[in-house]
Amino acid sequence: MQTEVIIKPRKRLAINWAELFEYRELFFYFAWRNVKVRYKQTAIGISWAVLQPLITMIVFTLFFNKAVGVQSGSQDVPYAIFSYVGLLFWNYFSQALTQAGNSLVDNQAIITKIYFPRIIPPLSSTIVSLIDFGFASIVFIGLLFYYNFVPSMLGLILVIPAIIMTFIAASGPGLFLAALNVKYRDVKQVLPFIVQTGLFLTPVIYPVSQVPQQYQWILYLNPMTGVINAMRSSFLGTAPINWPLTALSATVAIVTFVGGLYYFKGREKEFADII
Amino acid sequence: MSKSIIEVKGLSKVYNIGHEQLVAPGTMTFRDTLVRIIHKPVELLTGHKLQKEKFWALKDVSFNVEAGEVIGIIGRNGSGKSTMLKVLSRIVEPTNGKAILRGRTASLLEVGTGFHPELTGRENVFFNGAILGMSRKEIKSKFDEIVAFSEIEQFLDTPVKFYSSGMYVRLAFAVAAHLDPDILIVDEVLAVGDAAFQEKCLGKMKDVASHGRTVLFVSHNMQSVKALCTKAIWMEKGRIREMGDLETVADKYSTSSLESNIDLAKRKRATAVTGEAMITNITVTSANQKNNLIDSKKPLHIEFEINAKKDVKNVILHCVITAGTAMGAHMLSLLSEYTNSTFDLIKGKNTITCITAPTNLAGGVYAISCGMLHPGKEMMGHIDEVYDAATFAVSDYKLEDTDSYINQRDAAFYVEHKWQQKQ
Repeated sequence: MQTEVIIKPRKRLAINWAELFEYRELFFYFAWRNVKVRYKQTAIGISWAVLQPLITMIVFTLFFNKAVGVQSGSQDVPYAIFSYVGLLFWNYFSQALTQAGNSLVDNQAIITKIYFPRIIPPLSSTIVSLIDFGFASIVFIGLLFYYNFVPSMLGLILVIPAIIMTFIAASGPGLFLAALNVKYRDVKQVLPFIVQTGLFLTPVIYPVSQVPQQYQWILYLNPMTGVINAMRSSFLGTAPINWPLTALSATVAIVTFVGGLYYFKGREKEFADII
Repeated sequence: MSKSIIEVKGLSKVYNIGHEQLVAPGTMTFRDTLVRIIHKPVELLTGHKLQKEKFWALKDVSFNVEAGEVIGIIGRNGSGKSTMLKVLSRIVEPTNGKAILRGRTASLLEVGTGFHPELTGRENVFFNGAILGMSRKEIKSKFDEIVAFSEIEQFLDTPVKFYSSGMYVRLAFAVAAHLDPDILIVDEVLAVGDAAFQEKCLGKMKDVASHGRTVLFVSHNMQSVKALCTKAIWMEKGRIREMGDLETVADKYSTSSLESNIDLAKRKRATAVTGEAMITNITVTSANQKNNLIDSKKPLHIEFEINAKKDVKNVILHCVITAGTAMGAHMLSLLSEYTNSTFDLIKGKNTITCITAPTNLAGGVYAISCGMLHPGKEMMGHIDEVYDAATFAVSDYKLEDTDSYINQRDAAFYVEHKWQQKQ
């Protein structure tokens, strides 16, 4: 007997890594399906992934920069590039959060009929958003060429850690909201609101320097402030990275991730009963 | 002696119903919880507790299954069959007890779980296979077999939303049928699809079983249970009522359907009735009855016991016999007005019998819904009316001098006929 499964009421919150490894393919199948389905029956397909951030950036530049007069905080950095860096990561974060939050409810039919580790849908939906991030990055490269802007080496190196941190920052609340959504469909209503408000609470369209120095740490309690500002500082060379505050952001991200994960594990057993 | 492949010990599952049931599951909003939070102190203060009932969907169920056994699980709706399969499939967690499954388990609680309408047949095969626990390699190697089995080759690259329901089911079952597990758990999936394909699915499952796999199979269709299983578990009210050899359990189960009409008097009436008199019992019998199975080649005797509160004159009785439950197709309509019979009920107990010609009904379970009314006063309200007042089982209609028989899967009735070739 190679496999033996014992079914009994679970008490611990332990994460079964071996099982997750066994189901690793399903992880990618979920992502693959979501990507496939995403742009089905659209005329321009995947181009939407490129158009959406591009148009948003143009609107932001025209409105906030030209009309209202928000500056990038540095003479050398065009506002378009400045805001696009923020948008790139913010979009990844907000999409991952939204999709993770709705992932269990969207897969309701499967959850009540088939067993698989419930953590797969929320985590794999954050991967789907990464693909959009990839497409949006192409626009960014075009933008760099357009403005003839040369990014710094440090910035290029830090892209990967920044993506990982965004992933962690989105997954924590994503897992929490996904589990909460099973019981309270209010989450579905609240999510767009969170994303909308978050856009303004995070320095996406404005530089952190607009906030008085002594209050800046409050902004950094939002992990995305840490990510976006570290990316701007290094990639665009606007200012040296504020390491202590970035570390604060990272800590918040990790703590919320662990919190979200354990909330999810604690609720997991009742998903099929109440979804 | 090796260990049993499935070992279930004291498995229980409890659901909280009652007050919470006012809100449909899954639609509870934050507001509902707020309401409940406010209720809590009120409860504590007044000592008036809101009703919260515990419902044991499964209660202390224990059994063992040996490798290679094919077990049919039978029981009425709400008897706990589906909950048990869900627990064994690890979808829901038991409240108490445990189950040990020694082998790769695949469960098929629904055909086409996870099929996405926008994806093509080909894409869905991969996703569905993966979610059922197949690796990519495995799906790839079995892909051609799956497609051949499903018979939808030419639509493989069409999104499944354009499929007919038959095609959909065929493809979905094809994926599941090629899982190749040690333990296969199947719930009611053959309820869909055309007869020929059902036959094919059954054949495939037999195939699985004959390769020494263990199968747990739930179905309302006794015929497919009989065709597939060797042993049966009869569930009732969350417990095992009977377990053992299929024939024995199945017969006892069919018989018990007839016991259900005892407290007909207490049954809730579906429509507003005058209640001057009440049908308190119905007994269906026929000559040549075996194991309480009606022989439809013989006249059907339907005996109505009626309790009248006072003398009621000029009453007509009617009953409709439907396949399965009152929701099923109407098979027969028996109305005393058809035969110009009206009855005068005397205060107290009355017995009225309806005797039919041989009905030639196909083998299966039937339900009787019946009522009483005054002729020409249908609009004024019936005296009594009960849906699903009784159920009875008809034995398979065996054709003389052949091995053939007819049951509900084939036809509604048997009609005498002959065949001849033009000379």
